Amino acid sequence: MSVTLGKDLVGLESLTREQITAILDTAEPFKEVSERPIKKVPALRGKTIVNLFFEASTRTRISFEFAEKRLSADTVNVAAAGSSVSKGETLVDTARNLEAMRIDMVVIRHGASGAASFLGDRIRSNVINAGDGTHEHPTQGLLDLLTLRDRFGRIEGLKVCIVGDVLHSRVARSNIWGLRHLGAEVGVCGPATLLPRDVERMGVTVFRRVEEAIEWADALNVLRLQLERMSAGFIPSLREYNRVFGVTSERLARASRDVVILHPGPMNRGVEIDSDVADGPHSVILPQVTNGVAVRMAVLYLLAGGAPDWASAGGEDK
Amino acid sequence: MTTNRGAPILIRGGRVIDPSQGLDEVTDLLLDGGRIVGLGRNLGAPDGCRVVTATGLVVAPGLIDVHVHLREPGQEDRETIASGAASAVAGGFTAICAMPNTDPVIDNQSAVGFVKSRGEAAGLARVFPIGCISVGQRGERLAEFGEMVAAGAVAVSDDGNPVMSSHLMRTALEYARTFGIPVADHCEDTPLAQGGAMHEGIVATRMGLKGIPAAAEEIHVARDCILAELTGGHVHLCHMSTRGSVALIRRAKEMGLAVTAEAAPHHFSLTHERCEGYDTNAKMNPPLREAEDRDAIRHALADGTIDCIATDHAPHHYDAKEREFDDAPNGIVGLETALSLALRELVRPGVLTLALMIERMSCAPARLWHLPGGSLRPGAAGDVVVFDPEAEWTVEPSRFRSKSRNTPWAGEVMPGRIRLTVVDGRVVYEG
Repeated sequence: MSVTLGKDLVGLESLTREQITAILDTAEPFKEVSERPIKKVPALRGKTIVNLFFEASTRTRISFEFAEKRLSADTVNVAAAGSSVSKGETLVDTARNLEAMRIDMVVIRHGASGAASFLGDRIRSNVINAGDGTHEHPTQGLLDLLTLRDRFGRIEGLKVCIVGDVLHSRVARSNIWGLRHLGAEVGVCGPATLLPRDVERMGVTVFRRVEEAIEWADALNVLRLQLERMSAGFIPSLREYNRVFGVTSERLARASRDVVILHPGPMNRGVEIDSDVADGPHSVILPQVTNGVAVRMAVLYLLAGGAPDWASAGGEDK
Repeated sequence: MTTNRGAPILIRGGRVIDPSQGLDEVTDLLLDGGRIVGLGRNLGAPDGCRVVTATGLVVAPGLIDVHVHLREPGQEDRETIASGAASAVAGGFTAICAMPNTDPVIDNQSAVGFVKSRGEAAGLARVFPIGCISVGQRGERLAEFGEMVAAGAVAVSDDGNPVMSSHLMRTALEYARTFGIPVADHCEDTPLAQGGAMHEGIVATRMGLKGIPAAAEEIHVARDCILAELTGGHVHLCHMSTRGSVALIRRAKEMGLAVTAEAAPHHFSLTHERCEGYDTNAKMNPPLREAEDRDAIRHALADGTIDCIATDHAPHHYDAKEREFDDAPNGIVGLETALSLALRELVRPGVLTLALMIERMSCAPARLWHLPGGSLRPGAAGDVVVFDPEAEWTVEPSRFRSKSRNTPWAGEVMPGRIRLTVVDGRVVYEG
């Protein structure tokens, strides 16, 4: 197998089915690393990675940091507040200064769509997008794919509906591309105010009612509803949102089959998802988080030049 | 303009195209004393006359651009009136109208006088100031149109800011009638466009950028047409970009309203797909739209629904464009590529004849905005462009006369080289 990812991972749109499958396959053996008493392999020993977070993040930042440390990389975390960014430095200057310190990889989270590719085009280091504006969040998309594959044994032919604020969601875009590349059918469901223009031209089916989406889908990926969407006038109230679009156990009980529930977190319990659904038997929300570390290890490993077949061969590093 | 108009110029043997008199034939053109003085075959050369051989070249009335941003006063690192005028003549333009959204804005007679005198001092293209519609471009109360016109303003506009108050737009259209000037409006429903970085559609959806719907322009166009009917005033619609706007203007013209419109070269050349890769040189306002919109703009230029081509020349420092798409400023420079784009995108595909292109880039703006030029009749202003419509060149932004380099066409091969630009009977550019 000679699949490579190229220099950067900025999104799933531009990846091929083979590249995505290679990442998921590479993640499999990395799952086991996190189950060991000594959770470390030397795959990235001597590599320097900067986690450049211009937006607040807990889960993604920690997940990347665990992935890097379990691969034995040296890591530095830079948060926008308190760095030269808060003194007005531009993104390109920040990047060039980091690169002047001879780093190997940058993991970037940024509020502007396109920030990761902007950076990747201007520095020699590998760039991994940890979320850029409302564009993509590819490692979240990959961990969702891995979780679905674990649960169903396949992606091809699955029906997955993304529910909620698709308009502002980078998770939704990465899921749509990833699922479609692997042959799943994709639906989106939410109030029309929170669905992007011409979204059906991304090859998805639009559901206006969450009941229809539940009846159609094998799995629902329930998006977080940012509370500020209400003040911005996209929805009249959180209460009404829950009543009309909330994924509740009553709605799921009425469906003719079981539906697997994903959520990228952090959850607003009682708004987009009810607690008994989040904590129920069909929820894979915590396995998603576990898989996040493995998928990120796989991405870091492959971008650093590791061979995708290292895992299946048993590997000298194991 | 300067009083020293130099020697007579005889332009011999060119293909003279002047739609203002339905002329398209190989003949000679003589200029003297800042005016066209002769048109016909085998004109004799007066004493001391400069003779230019124009065999195989097009000789036309100088191009006129009613919509440029010259950045002076306030942002002279991007452009000055002199550098903008130099860029203009290099692109074949003999007259340009300077939008007033500088820093400070041009909302009074002394500011108008400043722009005019800087243009005269540069001695290149004629620079006509446009005054603000409202004091400070704040959209509240009318600026002093009468004093600004007396100081040299040829139109009023709050360009950059749409006039959101229908009451203000109504009074501007009514008040402007006294002075016979157009009110040029930047059509954009502000709340509908708020925060948008590109056209609202599938490309913005994929790229995760907030879109500006076509409706934001069209609502405003519809309102302005209705106010033109109410007031009888002349509304000029800036940089039209959507097929819906074209339909609205067509209807207004059928009703006989005093509505005129312009389109920019980027809107008849490019579509929103050009934003892919987050290229900030494809970021403008109004944004690049869909192929159907671009085609509608082309057809509207052919049938006269859109009267003229105007560049919306918008210089920006490279630092400002070298950043995240959301944060980059809108606009591109246009003066040095406009004629070539019109040739490549309109004339070569057969949308416009060469004569109709010259009508849209010279005669129409002169006629509609009451500017000198736009004609080669004896007695008309000595503003002439001579160009080779077939010769090709490669766009190298570092060679622009403009101080700014922000163009989406860098490295592209284009037809159309300017050989000579004459303003007020003087050669101001030779290529």
